[in-house]
Amino acid sequence: MKILVAVKRAIDYNVKARPKSDGTGVDLANVKMSMNPFDEIAVEEALRIQEAGGATETIAISIGPKQCQETLRTAMAMGVDRGILVETEVETQPLAVAKLIAAVVKQEQPELVILGKQAIDDDSNQTGQMLAALLGWPQGTFAAKVTVADGRAKVAREIDGGIQTVDLRMPAVVTADLRLNEPRYVKLPNIMKAKKKPLDTLTPEQLGVDVTPRLTLVKVAEPPARKGGVKVPDVATLVDKLRNEAKVI
Amino acid sequence: MSALVLAEHNNAQLAPATLNAVAAALAIGSDVDVLVAGDGCRAVADAAAAIAGVRKVLLAEAPHYAHALAENLAPLLVAQAGPYEHLLAAATTTGKNVMPRVAALLDVAQLSDIIGVVSNDTFVRPIYAGNVIATVKSSDAKKVITVRLTAYDPAPATGGSGAVEAIAAVADSGLSAWVSEELTKSDRPELTAADIIVSGGRGVGSSENFAIIEALADKLGAAVGASRAAVDAGYVPNDYQVGQTGKVVAPTLYIAVGISGAIQHLAGMKDSKVIVCINKDEEAPIFGVADYGLVGDLFKEVPAMTEALSK
Repeated sequence: MKILVAVKRAIDYNVKARPKSDGTGVDLANVKMSMNPFDEIAVEEALRIQEAGGATETIAISIGPKQCQETLRTAMAMGVDRGILVETEVETQPLAVAKLIAAVVKQEQPELVILGKQAIDDDSNQTGQMLAALLGWPQGTFAAKVTVADGRAKVAREIDGGIQTVDLRMPAVVTADLRLNEPRYVKLPNIMKAKKKPLDTLTPEQLGVDVTPRLTLVKVAEPPARKGGVKVPDVATLVDKLRNEAKVI
Repeated sequence: MSALVLAEHNNAQLAPATLNAVAAALAIGSDVDVLVAGDGCRAVADAAAAIAGVRKVLLAEAPHYAHALAENLAPLLVAQAGPYEHLLAAATTTGKNVMPRVAALLDVAQLSDIIGVVSNDTFVRPIYAGNVIATVKSSDAKKVITVRLTAYDPAPATGGSGAVEAIAAVADSGLSAWVSEELTKSDRPELTAADIIVSGGRGVGSSENFAIIEALADKLGAAVGASRAAVDAGYVPNDYQVGQTGKVVAPTLYIAVGISGAIQHLAGMKDSKVIVCINKDEEAPIFGVADYGLVGDLFKEVPAMTEALSK
């Protein structure tokens, strides 16, 4: 079985994003970019299934500008066998990304596609679900544990009240939540090896997918700022202020 | 113009989150209908029909709707979508699971986690962990939307007199099956509905030590939350997590104990009315958003606070 894993180049999780001063977009000039953290977890899960003998090949796919090659190389340095870049300068939104991945799925015929549950830039949390819909496959979203056997995927999902387990007929889509695994660190020799792994580049046109955005950004703004608070010297003062100043207890 | 809201429920009771989603639908200025899909869930449909402002309730009952599986709910929503311009659900794990599947089947974009309505096609939503607020316009004929609960006060649960109309189920997809659920049991208020929340972070140190957080919460009648670090370390279950990818909360009072205040945690609680933090590191970013900060050892200060509240 082949596993396809989707990786997005996104703002590094330690960086605080800010709107551009003219409100036309987010200021990403000279901002550190990394693999979306949830996608690292997705890659790790694919590799663990492969290393346990559950998959013959793992393929990473990324969609976006040329720089996404770096994200794919990171996935390959972690251990993924090869990469596919669908190169476009258009701002790709989840529906278009899902269509592009679906087109590649038809070519590559994986039994399992793993994605991060959400990207930390647009915080959409949509692509995996949309991909499953387009393929007519089941979806194990917000996965905390995945067990693949006999053409079924059992997925324990993080839900609002606790954990829900579902049983999916494969092929299936899984989206990774935080507790699925702890991604490995990339070792230097593997970064060198990853440079030699195959990386194919496709275009949306070759895949026959219209990536025209359906959503237009009208403007961006800073969230309302919180007023600076005060430090209190002790618990007695704190309780007094909560009771008599803020009047919340 | 009309909107269809997907009701969230456990077949016996309507989840309060549905009321917030109805409020957002009413804010668009639409006639609002509610879809209740479940198994033996007539009481839920009656509750939905009683929500103030609801025009009618569509009720689909079948065994394969019992657990809100996306593979079965999405085709049902699509089958009913015809007359509606807006399809909404609360941005809970159920809404987040189902609605993008609906959007893709309809070949439209989804607007996730909206916090404001500008017009019938333009909405406000937080991006980048809430550090940027985006206003976004949809060019699609139908808008699929999930609603951030903290942005809308719930619509009144009573006062409505909508009719309940039974609709046909769509056949079981056969793609997925529900196996089991382990739900956290607690007598405390639910995190997203609580007036007061006491949250613990990595600084709490262990599952056993969370008892001091719980004691303070119980004294205040509060819910207990946690940072990602505390959940990852196994101190508390995953459903305690407050943050960018966990639960987003906006209580009257949020007390952060032993939480440094990473961007991802702040994203989930910075709209709280009053924020208190107790942390031994006075440089911790949490002090930057706290109305009242106490620098000190949480193992001393938290029990002292619990005791002070008893007086």
